[in-house]
Amino acid sequence: MDDKPKKLALIASQGTLDWAYPPFILATAAAAMDWEVGIFFTFYGLPLLRKDLQASVSPGSNPAMPMKMPFGNEGFQNFNWPMPNILMNNVPGFEAMATSLMKKTFKNKGVASVEELRDMAVEMDVNLIGCQMTMDVFGFKKEEFIKEANIGGAATFLEFASDANVSLFV
Amino acid sequence: MSELNVTKTLDTSGLSCPMPVVKTKKAMKDLEIGEILEMISTDPGSIPDMEAWARQTKHDLVESHDEGSSYRFLIRKTH
Repeated sequence: MDDKPKKLALIASQGTLDWAYPPFILATAAAAMDWEVGIFFTFYGLPLLRKDLQASVSPGSNPAMPMKMPFGNEGFQNFNWPMPNILMNNVPGFEAMATSLMKKTFKNKGVASVEELRDMAVEMDVNLIGCQMTMDVFGFKKEEFIKEANIGGAATFLEFASDANVSLFV
Repeated sequence: MSELNVTKTLDTSGLSCPMPVVKTKKAMKDLEIGEILEMISTDPGSIPDMEAWARQTKHDLVESHDEGSSYRFLIRKTH
């Protein structure tokens, strides 16, 4: 193609398992359409660039999150469990259980893992920009991130985003 | 069923968004211009997604079939 590719600029500001999905799904889909893509990982989104991804679900911050069971018959699996998340979030082990249930449910439905989507993004040359300021605030070192991560600040991202066709804050 | 000459078949059955388009994009790399990729999907969203993908990448979505439990696409590589 001779015309200039379209461009997608994303800000990933959340690090939980559920919120890790939208930026990576949009980024890989756009890259698959030959768009140029950049993601700025800032604040809680920055750990998504860590070599060992540890994203988990935080039910307390998503009061409307439906809980699904990854086993049993279809009716059982599709049932929305009315979890009192605000209360359950204080129960030890609940976050680990909710994380494991979500991973299992997603896998059953053929949804790629966040790690797989990130690998795809790297393979398709998505520009992954880690926020320098967040690194300083939370004490992250560049060595903790995947080697494809580029480190920069607000100006770095804004320059990339300045001629983007689509810009989204997640 | 089409009589077109399929060069390569990609089966994305069981995979959901965005993998059908991501894998299609990768598979297109192995084709020469004018050759046809057959893509099978079970993701109902792949019908509008493949149409959008073809418009954006300017490849030619020759056929798009709903075969009940699966979907079948024929894409001609244009560039």
